[in-house]
Amino acid sequence: MAFHLTQGTFSYLPPLNDDEIKMQIEYALGNGWPMSVEFTDDPHPRNTYWDMWGLPMFDQKDPAAILYEVNECRKAYPRHYIRLNAYDPSRGRQTLALSFIVNRPANDPGFNLIRQETSNRQIRYTLHSYATDKAKGERFTD
Amino acid sequence: MSSTEQKKNRWASGVTPYREMGYWRPDYEPSETDIICVFRITPQEGVEPEEAAAAVAGESSTATWTVVWTDRLTAYDNYQAKAYQVIPIPGTDQYFAYIAYSIDLFEEGSITNVAASIIGNVFGFKALKALRLEDMRFPLHYIKTFQGPAHGIVVEREYLDKYGRPLLGATTKPKLGLSARNYGRVAYEALRGGLDFTKDDENIGSQPFMRWRDRFLYVMEGVNRAAADTGEVKGHYLNITAATMEDMYERAEFAKELGSVIIMIDLVVGYTGIQSMAKWARKNGMILHLHRAGHGTYTRQKTHGVSFRVISKWMRLIGVDHIHAGTVVGKLEGDPNMIHGFYKTLRDAQVAANLEEGLFFDQDWGSMPGVMPVASGGIHAGQMHLLLHHLGEDVILQFGGGTIGHPMGISAGATANRVALEAMIKARNEGKDILHEGPEILQKAAKWSPALQAALDVWKDVSFNYESTDTPDVIPTPSV
Repeated sequence: MAFHLTQGTFSYLPPLNDDEIKMQIEYALGNGWPMSVEFTDDPHPRNTYWDMWGLPMFDQKDPAAILYEVNECRKAYPRHYIRLNAYDPSRGRQTLALSFIVNRPANDPGFNLIRQETSNRQIRYTLHSYATDKAKGERFTD
Repeated sequence: MSSTEQKKNRWASGVTPYREMGYWRPDYEPSETDIICVFRITPQEGVEPEEAAAAVAGESSTATWTVVWTDRLTAYDNYQAKAYQVIPIPGTDQYFAYIAYSIDLFEEGSITNVAASIIGNVFGFKALKALRLEDMRFPLHYIKTFQGPAHGIVVEREYLDKYGRPLLGATTKPKLGLSARNYGRVAYEALRGGLDFTKDDENIGSQPFMRWRDRFLYVMEGVNRAAADTGEVKGHYLNITAATMEDMYERAEFAKELGSVIIMIDLVVGYTGIQSMAKWARKNGMILHLHRAGHGTYTRQKTHGVSFRVISKWMRLIGVDHIHAGTVVGKLEGDPNMIHGFYKTLRDAQVAANLEEGLFFDQDWGSMPGVMPVASGGIHAGQMHLLLHHLGEDVILQFGGGTIGHPMGISAGATANRVALEAMIKARNEGKDILHEGPEILQKAAKWSPALQAALDVWKDVSFNYESTDTPDVIPTPSV
């Protein structure tokens, strides 16, 4: 079975089309959550800091303008993962309220689980993304 | 006592009614630093409710059965708890008694000390037929003396990289008897299929059929395999509950060494044990899951015991990150309004009094993080709209049987739950009325998800409609 990265809020659904993405943007803006676009070619689950497609759009209230940025990012990085985030800046929260993938590479080879056998039957586990064997910018090109 | 009889002096040796010793103070206005309790009292026949309330105040603070002169060495007016209001509950022989306690009566940062005072001696008191602690108001001054949740909802979400939806879990079944190798298989299949967490059950310790160390090793193989298969952070609540603190620390340290993100304890380890593990969990970056094993013995009956709302407050202060708090729709006790009240108590920063939800007091938690409530017991994918409607987004939905019992296998069961959840979140965000359109939304998603279709087919008629025993008694009254 081909690898399918399931990070993000909607990874078990069929890919959202632009109309569906726009409805999620409207929901986020309706809650007062500014949005941001991020992209990466390093999908390791501990890679917290994806590259930012510009700054978070704190003052952008137009869903079409946010969708436009998603599509611009797709044009620039068609073979990267791209995610759309909604951020809740309220007191006691100050974290993401929604984060979902809006672009995927055509073919992600997935992860290798590296096991280092140590003493007393213990194993040290490491996840390694096959894609990152190549240099940044050259990944997901197959 | 007749009007001609001389009233006994407060300090004369012998027995003085509690209400005449300063424990009944209808004129008392609680101060903002007082801890306030509301008890449901059922006095013995012939005992006036004011005297019964005063007795509860007395026995849970300074009093003993007879006058002692040594009270006069103290600023007793401060240390005596003050019953200041009793309200009859219509149609019953019960009353709500409001009692205020000075903050000086309690050790800072110790739920064990709070419990020893408030539910220590007084529940066996003969002058009462029954006694229930319904709710407590903690002043922010006192709350600030506690660590609170080792991480809390926000840090947990960031740690797991999971936003915008409830988390999904499953308890390994059968809960007892699997060998470690087979047990790890269940965890692996459920996690790779789409769950975020799997879980040991409350009674998994270190039995002959599966010793704890073997379980930890095999489960972590499953957790890491599932992470590699999905690219997501996965976890399994490794139950470290054991006979001694030394054993618990040993198991917790081993879980940490293996790279687990979470450990688990049972409520039966006691308040001190839980608080010790909460400190350990914050120090070691480990999420702390609490299974409320045993709570039903004292939370369920309306007239006697301690409400789960109080236990929720105590556990938030003690510092757990997760606690089971009811499902509304599943197999275990839970009136919907009461459960809404528990969830608010665990999660919100400001909780307003709401008698329909059993919340007697406004409660200000300041900046203390919220605890993630866990809904577990007899729930399945077909109820997703109801679960999301009642429980909201910051919750862990645990489908044990509803994952492992899936006709196409454990992994398909997990996928069914994840598809149902994401489809429902998407629809809710799109503005759909999920409470009414829920079944339709699920059916639509099932068209392209055979796993979900199979889950909907097999569990379509399962519901648990029984009367709740623990329901609110709403009496319109100004609260503090």
